[in-house]
Formats: sequence, structure tokens, C-alpha cells
Amino acid sequence: MKITSPATNRPAEATDANRATNQVALIGNPNSGKTALFNLLTGANFKVGNYPGVTVEKKSGWLKGHKILLQDLPGAYSLSPKSLDEKVTVDLVQSWRVTDQRPKAVVVVLDATNLTRNLFLTLQILEMGVPAIVVLNMMDEVRKQNIRIDPALLQKRLDAYAVIPASAKTGEGIPEIIKAIVAAPPIDEKHIPTPRLKLSDEQIAPLGEVIHYLEARSHSAAPPPLVDSLRMVADDGYREQNYPALSESEQTDLQEKIEQARKNFAEKSIEFSALESAGRYAYINKHLSQTYSDEAVSAVSFSEKVDSIISHTVWGPLILLFVLGFIFNTIFSWAEYPMGWIESAVEWLAVTVSGLLPEGVIQSLLVDGIIVGVGNVVVFLPQIILLIFFLSLLEDSGYITRMAFILDRLMNKLGLQGKAVLPMLSGFACAIPAIMASRTIENWRDRLITILLIPLMSCTARLPVYILLISAFVPQKTFLGFIQLQALVLMGMYFLGFFTAVIISLLIKHLVPQKTISHFVMELPPYRVPMFRSVWMKVYNSGKLFLVNAGSIILAISIILWFLASYPTPNENGEVSSASQVEQSYAGQLGKMIEPVIEPLGFDWKIGVGIIASFAAREVMVSTLATIYNIEAEDDEDIVPLVEAMRNETHPDGRPVYTLLTALSLLVFFVYAAQCMATFAIVKRETNSWRWPLVMIFYMTALAYVASLIVYQGGLLLGVGA
Amino acid sequence: MESTLRLSEIKPGTKAVIDKISTDSGDIGRLRDLGLNEGVAVRLVRYAPMGDPLEIKLHGFHLSLRKDLAKDIWVSDNK
Repeated sequence: MKITSPATNRPAEATDANRATNQVALIGNPNSGKTALFNLLTGANFKVGNYPGVTVEKKSGWLKGHKILLQDLPGAYSLSPKSLDEKVTVDLVQSWRVTDQRPKAVVVVLDATNLTRNLFLTLQILEMGVPAIVVLNMMDEVRKQNIRIDPALLQKRLDAYAVIPASAKTGEGIPEIIKAIVAAPPIDEKHIPTPRLKLSDEQIAPLGEVIHYLEARSHSAAPPPLVDSLRMVADDGYREQNYPALSESEQTDLQEKIEQARKNFAEKSIEFSALESAGRYAYINKHLSQTYSDEAVSAVSFSEKVDSIISHTVWGPLILLFVLGFIFNTIFSWAEYPMGWIESAVEWLAVTVSGLLPEGVIQSLLVDGIIVGVGNVVVFLPQIILLIFFLSLLEDSGYITRMAFILDRLMNKLGLQGKAVLPMLSGFACAIPAIMASRTIENWRDRLITILLIPLMSCTARLPVYILLISAFVPQKTFLGFIQLQALVLMGMYFLGFFTAVIISLLIKHLVPQKTISHFVMELPPYRVPMFRSVWMKVYNSGKLFLVNAGSIILAISIILWFLASYPTPNENGEVSSASQVEQSYAGQLGKMIEPVIEPLGFDWKIGVGIIASFAAREVMVSTLATIYNIEAEDDEDIVPLVEAMRNETHPDGRPVYTLLTALSLLVFFVYAAQCMATFAIVKRETNSWRWPLVMIFYMTALAYVASLIVYQGGLLLGVGA
Repeated sequence: MESTLRLSEIKPGTKAVIDKISTDSGDIGRLRDLGLNEGVAVRLVRYAPMGDPLEIKLHGFHLSLRKDLAKDIWVSDNK
């Protein structure tokens, strides 16, 4: 019986955005294109990619032109969460059991190129009784693959509020989705959703008592009693989480019935934990499969043909190496010209300002402190843009999941799982989003190890330091006509960090044996042509972040450093050279203080000042050295290019400070050292304790020191580069 | 239908039907939610370069899973 209740008793106006009735949730399988749709629906620019697990936390934005708050959620395959990011989504869905937390509507996003799997979650969501707008995304691909779908019939069979074919790539269906959201009917509180799964009477019978018990307490906001009882029997936590209001006696009562149901199942040797999946897929097969086709299991898609080379036993690993090598080679060769332009611009600015201002404190602060300090960091913008550009091509094309596929065996042997490859690779851009991406790793132990190892991946903040040292001290040689020695050394730094991470995880594997085995179940999405907008946004955002950093934290530290390196001023009577003035300054005193500690690594006190300053952020190393060398320079007319200043730098006894060996030692130090406040903060947040950031600082600093010591002292013993 | 084999043992290119899944570890639950259930047709696409994990195709999508999970999934040849 169905009683239609008119909307009269609903609140007349609901302008408050915090009210659930003005919120709309966006839910779907991982990599179904939720964020791409979300960006189109709200005008936001959140990161998208062609691999599962891009979105790991809830994000909100206003639906274009309406006072409706859209929530983008991490992808989930089902309402039985396996990882932290999925749990965010599942918890939100389960919260809809409380009537006033029910949203206005839910948008279920499906990858229409494989509807069977995507319909599984859809059925679970439909049972929550919230008006559901089922969006068949990727219709452009569906048409290319000759998959047929009958949206009208599907809507009828699903009994969904709306079914809309769409494509986040072409913009198809977006106006219809907005219209459907705005016009969503009020929730019919009298209507109890029907279970959308097909089980035989024999499979249901053992649940009888539990179903009976729940039916008496059922309300429209809960999933059907059959579904709830199945989940309760399969999972003890489910009852506690979703029926917290039951009194103690009721709980004992219910628990008894659950135990009895399990016994009943065991007697008939029915495996109850598999029943919900089996029932859903049987339902899809019986009621829905006539409305669409999946690509046949025997059909060989274009992506599969490509993969027969990309994931080939021999070619696969070779191509992987080649791709990485190409990227590093390009960072050197393509960036050269734009870098030169920025360099000339900075130099021009410094010379102009020097000429305009009288010699003195202000001129020195502006030129030596700010322009030289910040300018020397900004010149690395082209490299960062190139690196992010290539990383986003890897992410958006889908190649990154193949890298995980190829490397999983290796990672497994080393005590990690292939899924750790994804956050670790994104650690090459920046550790902060990478650490958040580790939420997709199901197992807490694996996740913690991944978090602790991610900062060993060389992020873009190290790139300026690497490029500076390599271009100053590694000879420009070319092998085979195209492989540059400098690019090879740069790639070596990235590999050093990566393989160290691998070795540490191997050690952990032996010291702290794994209790639960974690399996690696990952979808391999088809290759897709990266969307221009997505790649552009990634490049734009990281470039912007880099410049904002240069204009804030690096600027601030440059000013502080200029001050520390310029004061106290020497006595009026003594004519002191600029160089020894810096030595007497606060910065000089600080550097001198730690010099004995870092001398065995081949570093002098000036490098020491740089290392201390770069604890806040790694790029600061470059600006610090630039500032110190420029304050020192006797000739105030000219700006000394940093590379030249470093090459000319000598110890008091006339030996050059920087040899190839010092440069290598310093490079290795920067591969390992923990130098990023923002990373420590995010580790604290993600692990909920100060313990792990402290562990991170300690182990990385120790590693940096020991490794540099071995490089430098070992090199001296072997007589290299002295 | 022929003999029953482990999913981890069949050759690339082989089409098979899931017969029985002989474990109920948490990850099997995930595979079941993804549609890997008894009676479902799958094709083993390839093994990764180092022999593990393996890639299968089912319900129109590609999935990677490790051998130690695939060994508990029994399939029968489907010619």
C-alpha cells in the first residue's frame, strides 16, 4: 500500500546550506568520473585522473546557479568498505538512516562501459530510498564500443527517479542532471524501498527470525529488513554501527537471533557472506541485463592490444624505464631555454634595482635578499611544469595503473603492495597529496609504511637543488647521441630515493612480520586520451603553488636570512671584507657552530646554513646559497650567477668548496633529509599522532647523514673527484 | 565443462567459468562485490612481467589480482 503524502508538511524554505535537504551526494565506483562531472556541475577544478582512488576525501561545491550543495565523495565499489576512502562514502550513506540527515537527492555515477559491476552499488544506493539520479557517464565511449543501452527501460526496471546518459568529456547530459537535481521530488517517507536482490526461498529461510525482528522496527529510511539482516549476519560490526538505539535487552535478543541464523545457514551449508553479492548479481541478470550489453569477455579491446606491448614480459619493464628516462632527459633539455629567459629577467631586475637605489641597506635587502633569493628559486619553474605535465599524462592516460601492475610482484617481495605504487609515484610531485592518497590502501600497517616512505620519493621541491648541483658540477656528456649524463644522474637521484624506500620496507617486513595478508585487487581502466582541461589544471595548480611558495615562505626566509647574514655589522674602524663580514654574522656564527658536524660530509658552514634553513622547505637551500654568495661578493655592481659563484667558492686554504664529490654528497643528503614542515603536519593529521612525524624526521635525518658520510668519505678513500 | 582448475593455473587467453570459491577472506568479499561469483565467465588476459599478479576480464572490465588470491578460485574450461 502506498500513501502519497503531499509536500505540505515539509519546511517551506530551506536556505541553510548545512541542512541535509539542500545537499546532494555524488556517489559511484572508483574511476567512474565523479570528480570530472562534479567539476562541470559546480565549476570547481578538483583533480581528476584515469585511475581508481584519485578522490580520497569529501569535497563540496555549489551546484551552478543554485543554492544546492553538491558533495563529491571518494569512489566505492560497494557498501562493504575495504579502505579508509571508501569508508567515508559508506558512512555517509549509512547516516541517511536518520531521517533529518537525508539529502535532497543522490547522484549515482556509473561507468556505462561496464554497467554490470557499476549497477551493484547502484542497487545498494537505491534501497536507501533517497531520490536517485542515475548518471550513465562515458556515453561517448559507449557509442564507440557499440555497447547498447536502453536508458528508459533501465529507469523503469530500476525504479529510479531519473536515468541520464552523460559524458563528462563532451558535456553531454550536464543540463539534464542539473534540472533533475533541482526538480528532485521530496522523499516519500511512507514508502519502504523494495529489496533489489534475488535470493531463493531456501536462501532466505534461515534469516526468518532476524527479518521478522527488523520488520517490526523498520522505517522508510532504513534499507529493507532482508538486506539489513543479511549484512548483520555476515558482519558483527554492522548491527552495532547501524542499530545503536536498541536497548541492551533488545540487542541481546537480536544477537541471539543472528547466531541462530548463522547456525541455520551452516546446517544447510550455505555460505552467507557471499549471499548479498550473489543475490545482487542474480537480480541484475534477471531484471536489468536486458536493458544493456557489456563488452563480451572474449572481445579484445584497443587498450588490451596496447597492453600486450605495455605489459609485455620483456617490453613492459623496458618501456617503463624508457618512459621515466625520457621524462628526466626532457626536464633537462626542454627546460633550458625558458630557464634562461627567467634567469635573464631576474638578472635584469637585480641590476636595474641596484642602479636605481643608492648603495646601502635597502639596496642590499632588495637585491641580495629578495631578488636573488627568490629569483634563483623561480628559475626552476619550467622544470616543475614539465615534470607535472608528464606525471599528469601518466595519470590521465591510465598508464600509472599499468606501472602498478608491472611493479606489484617486486613490491610484494619487498613487503609492500602494488597499490602503494600509486601514492609513491605521486610523491614525485609532492608528498602531501601522496600521503593523502595512501588512504586507498586497505591495511593500516601497509598504509603507515607507505606514509613513512613517501617522503623518500624526490618531490618537486628537491628539483631545484638537484638541477643546480648537477648542472654546476656534473660534466655535460652525451652517450649514444641522446642520453645525457646529467639527466642520468638526475634519474639516479629519483631511483636512489625509490630503492631506499624499497629496502626499508624489506627490512620492516623482516622485523615486523605481516599478520594479515593484503591482496592487491585493482581495476585496470582502459587507456584514455587525457582531457586538456585536467592536465592544464594540474600544471597550473602546481605552478601556482610553487610561485605562491616562492612569494611567501621562500621570500620570508630569504629576508630573515639576508638579515642573519648581514648583521651584526663589523666595527666602524676595522676595514673588513664582505666575506669575513658574513662569517661574523649571525648566520655565519650559526653555520660555524654546526660546521664540525657536517665537515665529514664535505660541507662548509655556508652549506650548513642552507641545510638549516631548508628544514622548512627544500627550495630554500637554493635561495639561501644565492643570498649568502651575493652578500659576500665584493663587487656590488654585478649579480653573480649562482652556478658560477659555487664553482668559484673556495675554502680559506684555497681548495674549492665544491668538488664533484661534495656535490654528490649534497645531492644524496637532499634525497634523504626530512625537510618539509607541511609534510610533518600532514603525517600528524593522517596518523593522528606526533609519534610518526617524529619517527620520520629522525630516520630520514639519520639516513641523510650516514649516506652523505659514506659518499664523501668513501669517495675520498677511492680518490674520486678530490 | 571439463576438469576444475585454479584460476592461477590457466593459460593466458583461456576463457573459463567460475565454479567455486574456496575461501572467505575479506578480499574475496571484494571480488564478489566486483562480480566475481560462481557461474561468471572470465578470461585470463595475461600475467604481469614477473609472473604475478594476473589480469582477468569479466563483465566488460579488466581486473588485476594476485595469484595467492586466484589460487582459491576454481574454474572450469569453457570452450
